Amino acid sequence: MATTPTPAPGPRRRTLRRIPGHLLRSALALLFVFPVVFMLISSFKPDQQIFADLGSIKAFLPVGQLSLDNYTAVFDRVPAGRFLLNSIVISAVTVVLGIVVNSLAAFALSRMRWPGRRLLLVLIIATLIVPFETFALPLVWWVNKLPWLELNGFHLALTEGWLDTYRVQILPFVANAFSVFLFHQYFQSIPKELDEAARMDGASWFGIYRRIVMPLSGPAVATVAILTFLPMWNSYLWPLMVVQDENLRPVMVGIQYFFQLNVSWGQIMAYSTMITVPVLALFLAFQRSFINSIASSGVKG
Amino acid sequence: MTTLLPRAGARPPGRGPRTAARRRERLTALGMVSPAVLLLLVFFVIPVVLAFALAFTSARLISPTPAHFVGLRNFTLLFQDPVFFRSLLNTAVFAAVVVPVQAGLALALALLVNTKVGGTNFFRTVYFVPVVTSMVVISIVWMFLYQKTGLVNHLIDTFSLGHLHGPDWLNDPSTALPAIIFMSVWQGVGFHMVIWLSGLQTIPADLHEAAAIDGADRWARFRHVTWPGLRATRTFVLITITIDALRLFTQVNVMTQGGPLDSTTTVVYQAVHTGYDQQQTAYASAISLVFFVLVLAVSLVQRFLTREKD
Repeated sequence: MATTPTPAPGPRRRTLRRIPGHLLRSALALLFVFPVVFMLISSFKPDQQIFADLGSIKAFLPVGQLSLDNYTAVFDRVPAGRFLLNSIVISAVTVVLGIVVNSLAAFALSRMRWPGRRLLLVLIIATLIVPFETFALPLVWWVNKLPWLELNGFHLALTEGWLDTYRVQILPFVANAFSVFLFHQYFQSIPKELDEAARMDGASWFGIYRRIVMPLSGPAVATVAILTFLPMWNSYLWPLMVVQDENLRPVMVGIQYFFQLNVSWGQIMAYSTMITVPVLALFLAFQRSFINSIASSGVKG
Repeated sequence: MTTLLPRAGARPPGRGPRTAARRRERLTALGMVSPAVLLLLVFFVIPVVLAFALAFTSARLISPTPAHFVGLRNFTLLFQDPVFFRSLLNTAVFAAVVVPVQAGLALALALLVNTKVGGTNFFRTVYFVPVVTSMVVISIVWMFLYQKTGLVNHLIDTFSLGHLHGPDWLNDPSTALPAIIFMSVWQGVGFHMVIWLSGLQTIPADLHEAAAIDGADRWARFRHVTWPGLRATRTFVLITITIDALRLFTQVNVMTQGGPLDSTTTVVYQAVHTGYDQQQTAYASAISLVFFVLVLAVSLVQRFLTREKD
């Protein structure tokens, strides 16, 4: 640049040497985002436009006939709003319950003295070596047999089978060994003297949990929230097997169902965009916490 | 010994209130762990035990007759099933390609992004976009890209100046699995790049500086400083990529349903297909057990191979 005050040869040569690296990094950036950009752009185009633009850079540019027709068509053909609402409810409830249940357990395991706490922690962490797929199919069989108390008018009725409910999509994922582990690690870093001082002042254990430890654990709560939310929003295998009822269907099973209706590609891209963009927006807004949270699953080894 | 605590009835001095407090602490702790423990019992321990138990029965998902013990019948059937062997083979091929390629590319990306020039955060975020995107959505979008007249073939056409023409990727038994492999690496590589990056950042900068002063070139510094410093990260990356690769299901279920001609069927896909679509819970449990043994064997072997050699 002409305004550079000291045109020393060193820095400039170094800048020149950096160009290939930058070009490579930028080319790779394109490689990683082009499908998402293509999805987003195509969701506003009619099919003949999508196919006509394929041969050129226009496939990635908002040019030609653009409209929201694909979006309105999605809502006409399937209850996409309902699917979105289901996924929001299921993910949100699991995140909230997961934070409470796992942090309570971690609190008792890390800050209170009772027999068996070390063994229980080891057992909980040991469950991490068993992937969900190992017991997913027996679990379908099992939840189909589980009882539930249902209030029918004024009397309680015992029903059998959890298939086609919200609870079958939520409860199996509330208690999470990795969340317990993350909370436990974090709680260890909070000085125990705080508890003792509070005990002197007559605070109950639950009071210490609620008023001292949890308010200091924002980062751990955020990490657990992100690590619970993402797989819940994206969950596919489990709801595929336990939910038939359209009214309870989450977004990822909903899109596959929509896809099988042989609808136009533009509409599929519109649906895909609707269920992807909210998560991507969250990710871009909190990218540092997202990446650090997900990377933190890398320290468990 | 004199005590400052008030005497409480006939109890030994000082012990009474403390035991009561201890007991309360114990009860409160049990109350606090019990929701998590109960949920883990119902949704983890029992199903895992069931996986072992049901594999030796005739259980079906919905059946008028109760399940009965059948011994090893499910396993003998399983090991005579050519489709199951095909799914084992496909899973093994997938893992054998994805593990080294994805681990290597992720490390290359991490080294490429980990510079002092700046922009680390920007590129890290961009490369991470596929990781936070749903695999179902990615699979659907790539089905469009992989069509005979799709974007991938248009690109091949353009860059080869019209000399090369891509196949109908997902409908050709010889290219369906490679197409899924490529997409899977593309999706997952950002995750492991981040893991490598956090490993790279634990290596003290003065080690690199010292090596540079001693006249070590880039390769020598990578070979003697970076690589040994990444030992723990390496174990983790290898184990997670391998286990993720063995779990291959979503891409297959969305894109190919195991076809064409069983060229993309996998172990987990077979478990879901038999256990859910055909409702043969017992048979699927047997497949799940084989899957679990595979996962366990792989992590034990890798832990052994990458153990601390001191």
